This record gives sequence, C-alpha cells and structure tokens, in this order.
Amino acid sequence: MGFLDRFLNTPSWGVHPEDHKRPAADVPLRLFPSPGRVFMPLHQHVGGAARPIVLVGQKVLKGQLIAEAQGNISAPIHAPVSGTVSAVGDVTAPHPSGLPFKAITIDSDGADRWLEAEPLADPFAAAPEEIARRAALAGVVGLGGATFPSAVKFALGKRLKVSTLIVNGGECEPYLSSDDRVMRDFPDMVVDGARLIMHSIGASEALVGIEDNKPEAIAAMRQAAVPYPEVKIRPVPARYPMGSDKQLIQTLTGKEVPSDARAAEVGVLVHNVSTCAAVHKAIRLAQPLVERIVTLNGGAIATPGNVYAPLGTMISELLAFVGLKEAPSRLILGGPMMGTPLLHDRIPIVKGASGILAFNAAEAFVPDAGPCIRCGSCTKACPMGLLPLEMAARIRVGDLEGAEAYALGDCISCGCCAYVCPSHIPLVQYFSHAKGELTAAERTKLRTDATKRLAEAKSARIERENREKAEAAAKRKAEREAAKATAAPPSPVVEKTEGASA
Amino acid sequence: MSQTYGNPVAAPHTTTTNSPARIMSLVMLALAPATLYGFWLYGWPAVYLWLITVGAAMLGEAFSLRLQNRPARPVLLDGSAALTGWLLAVSLPPWAPWWIGVFAGLFATMLGKQAFGGLGQNLFNPAMVARVAVLISFPVQMTAWVAPLPMFSLGAPGPLEGLLIMLRGVPPAFDAVTSATMLGYAKTELSRGIDLFESGLHAPALSFIGNRPGSLGETAAWLIAAGGVAMIGLRLITWHIPLAMLAGIAIPAAILHAVDPARYLDMGTHLLSGGALLGAFFIATDYVTSPNAPRGQLIFGFGCGVFTYIIRTWAGYPEGVAFAVLLMNSMTPIIDTYFKPRIYGRDRKGKPLQTTN
Repeated sequence: MGFLDRFLNTPSWGVHPEDHKRPAADVPLRLFPSPGRVFMPLHQHVGGAARPIVLVGQKVLKGQLIAEAQGNISAPIHAPVSGTVSAVGDVTAPHPSGLPFKAITIDSDGADRWLEAEPLADPFAAAPEEIARRAALAGVVGLGGATFPSAVKFALGKRLKVSTLIVNGGECEPYLSSDDRVMRDFPDMVVDGARLIMHSIGASEALVGIEDNKPEAIAAMRQAAVPYPEVKIRPVPARYPMGSDKQLIQTLTGKEVPSDARAAEVGVLVHNVSTCAAVHKAIRLAQPLVERIVTLNGGAIATPGNVYAPLGTMISELLAFVGLKEAPSRLILGGPMMGTPLLHDRIPIVKGASGILAFNAAEAFVPDAGPCIRCGSCTKACPMGLLPLEMAARIRVGDLEGAEAYALGDCISCGCCAYVCPSHIPLVQYFSHAKGELTAAERTKLRTDATKRLAEAKSARIERENREKAEAAAKRKAEREAAKATAAPPSPVVEKTEGASA
Repeated sequence: MSQTYGNPVAAPHTTTTNSPARIMSLVMLALAPATLYGFWLYGWPAVYLWLITVGAAMLGEAFSLRLQNRPARPVLLDGSAALTGWLLAVSLPPWAPWWIGVFAGLFATMLGKQAFGGLGQNLFNPAMVARVAVLISFPVQMTAWVAPLPMFSLGAPGPLEGLLIMLRGVPPAFDAVTSATMLGYAKTELSRGIDLFESGLHAPALSFIGNRPGSLGETAAWLIAAGGVAMIGLRLITWHIPLAMLAGIAIPAAILHAVDPARYLDMGTHLLSGGALLGAFFIATDYVTSPNAPRGQLIFGFGCGVFTYIIRTWAGYPEGVAFAVLLMNSMTPIIDTYFKPRIYGRDRKGKPLQTTN
C-alpha cells in the first residue's frame, strides 16, 4: 500500500490514538481455571432484566437456564459453572455508581459439568426463525459492548430484507484485543456464525471489516473464509472509531444511515465477530453464552493478555490471575475511549465485558481542563460531523435546548473530541450530563402530559356523567311530564281507558 | 477488602499530549525566522520594540489576572499573551517609539482579550484591536517607516544607539531613511494625481528579499509564507483561511490591474505588501476569532481578503488587513451559525437523509 493510497483511504474523521494492543494481543489465549464462586447479574444486556427461575440451594449444571428473558427485548441468563445456587440477591453492578444489582450467586463444584443439549442437526436446512429462536434461548447479545439481544436484530433484519451482513472486526479501541484473539484462534467459528446469521436474516453476502493493524487476524479469517465466497474479508484503515456501526457501514458500503433510521433500513446489519462466534456455539454446540474472552491490559498488569473466563467471575480474581505490578491508578471496564471507570474490583464480568484495563499512574494521568481556544480539533475529529465546542459552550451555561439544536442527540459518545482537545475539556462528560438531563426532562414531560391527559379525561368523564345524569333526569322528567300530561287532562278517552283497566 | 481506584469520570480515559502551550510555541517558532530576518534588516531599535511590546502584552495579561485574583503564572505560561504581543510587534513600524509598543501591548491583552474574559472569549483579534487603536490614535508615528538598514552595516545604529532611537525618537541624522511603505507611497501619489506609471511602482521584485520599508512581518514576505506553510504541514491550521484570504486579495487585484494598470497596483505587489501574508497565515487564522467549519473558513478568509483590497484601494488608509480582519471577526458568530458541517445521516439543512433502500 503506497503512501498516496493510504492518504486517500484514510477517513477524514476520527483520531489515531496509540493502540497499545501489543504485546497483549500476541500472547496466546489463557484459560481461566474455574472460579470458586460466580455472580451472574440479571441485567447484563439492553432491555428488561431476566427473571430468576432457580432457588437457593438448587444444583445447576453449566449452561443451565437460571433466569429467563422478560419482555420483548431481553435475554436469558445461564449458569457459567456447575454447582449450587448460594444466593439470589444484590451484588455490585459494573457501573460507576457502584450501586447494588440483583444477581444469582453460584458456588462452583469445580467439575464444570455441561448440561446435555441437542444441537440443531442441519441449521441451513432449518427455518431462519429457528436460528433466531435458538440464539435468543442461548442468551446471545451483542458482544462488542452494546449487549443488544441479537435475536431481536435477526428478526429486524429478516423483516426489512437486509441483503448485507457486516461483521465488525474493527476493534478500534486501544488496548483491547479480545476480538482480535477470537479471529486468530477461532476463525472457523466466526465465519460459520456469520453464515448462520446470514441464513437467519436472508442476507446474500457478509463483509467482515477488520482494521489493518491486525494482519494475523486478517490472514486467519481469509483462510477460514476460503470455502465461502459470500463471506468477504475487508481490511479497513485503523482509525478510531472504525468499530462504530455507522462509520464501519460507511467505510465498507459507502452508505450512510439516516439520522432517524436504523442500519437495517439501508439494507445492512452489523454484528460483532465475538457475537458470530457465540451464535456458532449456540446453534452448532447448543452452548449458551456463559464464557467469553476478556482482555486484561494496562501498565499495572504484570502479564497482560487475553483470558477465556466464565461470566460472573470477579474482576479481582482475573487481576490476581494475570498479576498486578502495582496498585492500579484507574480500573476500566472496556476500552480507554468509551469504557466505564470502576471504583473497585469486587465486580463480576458480564456479557459485554470485552476488557479490563488496569492503568498505572502515568497512563491514568489526565491534565486539568483549560479554557476552550476554539481550535476546532474536536470538529475535525468528530465522526458524526458535529460541533462539540458549540454544544459544550451551551451546556456550560445550562442551555441544553441550544445544545440539542446542534444535534446533541446524534452524538455517539465515542470520545474523539475529548481525546484531541488540547485543553483537555471533558466534553463527553458535558454531553452525557446534558443527554441525561434532557432524557429526564422528557420523561417528566411525558409523565406530566399523561397526568394532564388523565385529569382531562377524568373531568371529561365527570362532565359527561353529569351531563348524562342531567339528560337522564331531564328525560325522566319529560317522560313524567308527558305521562302526567297524558294523565292530567280529564279526557273521556283516558277515563275510558282507566275505566277499562280498572 | 475493596480498594478504590480514582474518581468516576466519563470516558475517554486517555488524552492527547497536545496543549495550548504547545500550539502557541509552534506558532511562535513558525514566526521566528521572519522576525529574526526583520531584526537583521532593521537593526537594534526593532529588537527593542519587539521586546517591549511582548513584555507589555504579558504585563497587561498578568495585571488583569491579578485584578481577578487569579494566579498569573500558569496563564502566562500558555504563551498566548506572548504570541499576541509578538504578532502585534511585527505589525508595527520597526523604529516606532517605545511608548507605542507599551500602549499597544497593554491594550491588546487588557482590553482586547482579558476584558472579554480571557483566552478563548474575545470576539476580536487582540493584536489587531491594539494595532488599529494605535493607528487611529497616533497616525504620525504609525506611518513613519524606515528603509532597511541592516544590522552591522555602515551607518546602522549600534545596540546603545538603537536603544536611544527607541527611547528618544529618531535623531535628525537618520531622517533621510524614513519613508512611506509601497502601498502608502502609491496611495499618496495617486491622491496627488500621479499615476502608477509615473510613480514607478509596478515592480514588486524587491519584496522578494524584503529590501523595502515596512513592518517586520511585511518585509520578510517569503519567510512569513514559509512559516505559514509549515503550520499547515504541522496541522496547526488548515489551508482554507490563508488561501481564501489571498484569493480575496488577488482576484480583484488581478482584474482591476488588467482593466487599468495606471490606477491599480498589480497582484504581486498586493500579495507581498503590507500585512497580506502575515494576515493570511498568522492573523486571520487565529482560532478564537475565526469560524470553525471549512466552508465558514473559506467565506471568512475570502471576506478578509476582499475587505483588505477595498480598504487599500478606495478607503483612506493605505493598508487594510487589520480593519478587514476585525470586520470579519465580527461576522464569525454569524458565519458559524449558518455554515455548519454536514452531520452524518443528515442533509446540509439538518434534515434526516431519505432512506434509499
């Protein structure tokens, strides 16, 4: 690839942070020994929390359903180890609030005995809906971090007649290499999973976008895709946020997703490579999603690398497994650009946990924020074409509607703007704050509107009832009057009638 | 035993090593060759004026911060006050008296910048605000230019003599070297009814090496341009504003010169004279006072150029870069409002794109 080629193919948006992926990405995958106890939060996906169906003291096998999906958008939870349910109650959620969350605690018996289940014999002969149904039952959610229930997306893709499946192997976040490892170690699973998803949604081709900083993964995937011409491996320039749906779609297909539409409406559906592997396991091996690859990286870790671990494993146990050189100055769930800071390590890993970063003091250092010098770096970096500096200036003075007019709602919180800001202004913090406030205001407005509507309906009903009562009374009165009128005049007919009836 | 790791702040948890201080330093570095060449060309008085102007700008900043009970040191270290003073100094007549430098330097940072709330808050370019203030207040001193008298050359003032020139004014012995700039001379002659053919001003050749009267930032036109191109290469600025501004000067100059060469100066003279290049690369590109989006920058730059040309050609002043930049500075909020970048998934008006599927 020549210089000019590189120059022309590099998108104008985004940033190019130092990726820090190696040496962790090159260390062979390590298997985490079965933990003594796992904690499975009931809410580790987008949508409704799962409902526990096990009791304390109950024996469970690995892969056994322990909490079922609740509502249209939800995902079930399965036991990641075999053992005994020891509690159904609160543990700390992987969220900066550190608030407790409902979870099922299982004490492992160390045997890792799988629940026997029958895989689908010939999935490509089965109805597409069967793939979606099985993926839903296996608790497969988007493993790139969004954790949206995959089967819901399959159904959407099928309904909107999506022709192209995009397999996201971008993994543009620095430090992370779990997707890289999946593609290097299990390329056949990824390719088969992609083909199963294609069958499920009725797509005719799959484009696998892999950033060109992962040549080993590209080679492994090309090898695995040789028998299947419909699965096309497409290296893309390494540029953050290439792994974001909208940017990857644009890079691979040239299509832009309208701001008020979903990707499926322009004929594409995006699934992560790890999700593809999970679909493969769910369909071919009848194994639900109970394990995943987690990257453990950062300056405070003694032997950084990727670990294959059961979900629900405490982060402290994973850190002990790879060893700490020093007490981390910052602990992050996910990547450094969009990850969630963790206040402590007594937190279990969940389906969306692609990495745990333990930063040393030098990596964690972020200088104090200075004044905006309007340099426009944020504008140039924004992959959505927004004006972060204008939005932040308005949010700063409390003009949230003003920020909304600058399309705050289109912000994908990728963090490019805050990353490039020479004054180190925490722009994403501003935007998250404003989005939260606006959502709260919207909710309050909906609630007030609903209250108002109910109150109006009530007064209308009372009015109607009163009117009906009055009308009924008037009618009765009129009838009485009429009856009286017919009765009152001493007409001979009436007399006669009365006389007749008497 | 749970240990606590830092504060819960939003992502990203990593950041660039860039900083305002780095940006300002690089701009100063880009400006240094032209300034040093100017020092050599105009000798010791220019060096002293530069020192005094930069010092006054920094002093004004420090004093304003003191009034606000804010520590001055970290703010001064970001280099923005020094850069303002520097840009101002290279736009003054090199042998201007000391009090011009002091007045302009203080004016720039105190009224041009800190009065608005400091770095990033000012509507107008502080250096140009100060330059216009001294030009209007002290027109005689501000239009007295010297022909180059290179340092160490015969008759050039030495370090001590230079200091005296700046403190006491230019002694009669040097009076012969004061003259008008090319633009000023042309304007005066034209106003006297002498056209450009007679006044002999149709060769900008001397501008190439800067051997003519002018400010530090004017004479070394090619070094200024080189510094500007270096800034584009370092991605400190983009090409939009400089190119648009130079086009805004060059296009009307080329057309009118072709129509009436006796009345209108040629394009080359316009581009290499006055503050055209300094303005295009260093002044109009000021982040704070220029638009953010590429299309807005093109409009802003072109406006700066056209206004410069109009003021030079038809208004009362021979040079118009400072006025043009200030005029366009006032337009920046409007330009920013109407010329935003297109948002992904939306059309230019902000409406969602139509689904094509």
